[in-house]
Amino acid sequence: MTNGYTARDRGWHPPALTPLYKTSVARSPRFAPIGAATSLSEETGPVFGHDLLGPKDNDLITNFAAPGEMAIGPRIVVQGTVRDEFGRPVPHTLVEVWQANAGGRYRHKKEGYLAPLDPNFGGCGRCITDENGFYEFRTVKPGPYPWPNGPDDWRPAHIHVSVFGHSFAQRLITQMYFEGDPMIWQCPIVGTIPSREAIETLVARLDRAGSIPMDALCYQFDITLRGRRQTMFENRMEGM
Amino acid sequence: MTGPMTHRAKESPSQTAGPYVHIGCTPNFLGIEGVYPEDLGTRLITGDPAGERITIKGRVIDGAGNALKDALIEVWQADAEGRFAGKGGAEGFTGWGRSPGDMNTGEFTFETLKPGRVPFPDGRLQAPHVTFWIVARGINLGLHTRMYFADEEEANAEDPILTRIEHQSRVPTLLARKDGDAYRFDIHLQGPDETIFFDI
Repeated sequence: MTNGYTARDRGWHPPALTPLYKTSVARSPRFAPIGAATSLSEETGPVFGHDLLGPKDNDLITNFAAPGEMAIGPRIVVQGTVRDEFGRPVPHTLVEVWQANAGGRYRHKKEGYLAPLDPNFGGCGRCITDENGFYEFRTVKPGPYPWPNGPDDWRPAHIHVSVFGHSFAQRLITQMYFEGDPMIWQCPIVGTIPSREAIETLVARLDRAGSIPMDALCYQFDITLRGRRQTMFENRMEGM
Repeated sequence: MTGPMTHRAKESPSQTAGPYVHIGCTPNFLGIEGVYPEDLGTRLITGDPAGERITIKGRVIDGAGNALKDALIEVWQADAEGRFAGKGGAEGFTGWGRSPGDMNTGEFTFETLKPGRVPFPDGRLQAPHVTFWIVARGINLGLHTRMYFADEEEANAEDPILTRIEHQSRVPTLLARKDGDAYRFDIHLQGPDETIFFDI
């Protein structure tokens, strides 16, 4: 069978059933997923043009703020490159992000954490990578927040990241953490990832050279999507 | 840089989308308004494409039988002639939809076209199908599945993916059935009716 993309390494990704992250217990399939060759159905995907974006879409400090106002919290720029496993940049792909505010509070109806909402912070942003796979957004650093898993579990500061790539097979949602945060190594969600080496690829690096003086610190976070193979041999059924 | 013998980077490991995925992916649905004009993927049909209009409804159900109210469901499919958007597909049809489900029942709805048949890499035709991708709190890596149509018996009987499944007794978990005006496709994450998921 031909397969246009390198197979996912399911020993590198978190498995479905990770009991220390309690919600996974009733939401994980018990049967193994069935390996299938990809076809056009998986090797194509939606395309989003730069005309989708509004001028503030990648600026979470101001995109929900009242005119003249800004979100409260440590100002940061997050930037990086989306590449595939062969190192090729992934240009013109949509990256969506969402996060809590500086106090660890999400703007969501079902969230009841006592830290207050910031009236000038919504928590969503998006951008499209340029021709070199580069993306950038501006935000405030999110705070850690407690969640009902174990009796005293706290998420490390994190930003959720959704990437489309160029096909449905590359579709990925993950989370970005911050260099030096001790909470990373205590978190049951981070701990769903089997290896320390894999976890470290989700930790954004403080980039002092990229900071904007008197304005914002910079974090670097590169994203790797599945690699698209060159189709060297095309299988044909006998007689076709 | 492109050959198989060179160093490869590993794919970024997945993490759960969490319970607040809708802040980032469907903010208007949540009441976070004024940032984006509308939520992405709300409509698959944006013009007047040829083909049969259908409605797909369903729920994502956990191992205890409860419908998830915090899942995000995305679909990707061909147009009525088996062509994908961006690859010669019909104008006015995006082929891609995203639904957060109803806040009280968890039921998702897609107004779309019945897809045509798409060729498999070996040249055989696949049966009409819609590709699903499901993320939610508690799901560590997005789940891929396919919805086929129970009323396409002939095409299903020769579909290259369906015919290859070892446990044929599980194939009905991929079949959507007519339920009033809609096709119903419930996705069971776990349990006796567990839906087939694919490692594509």
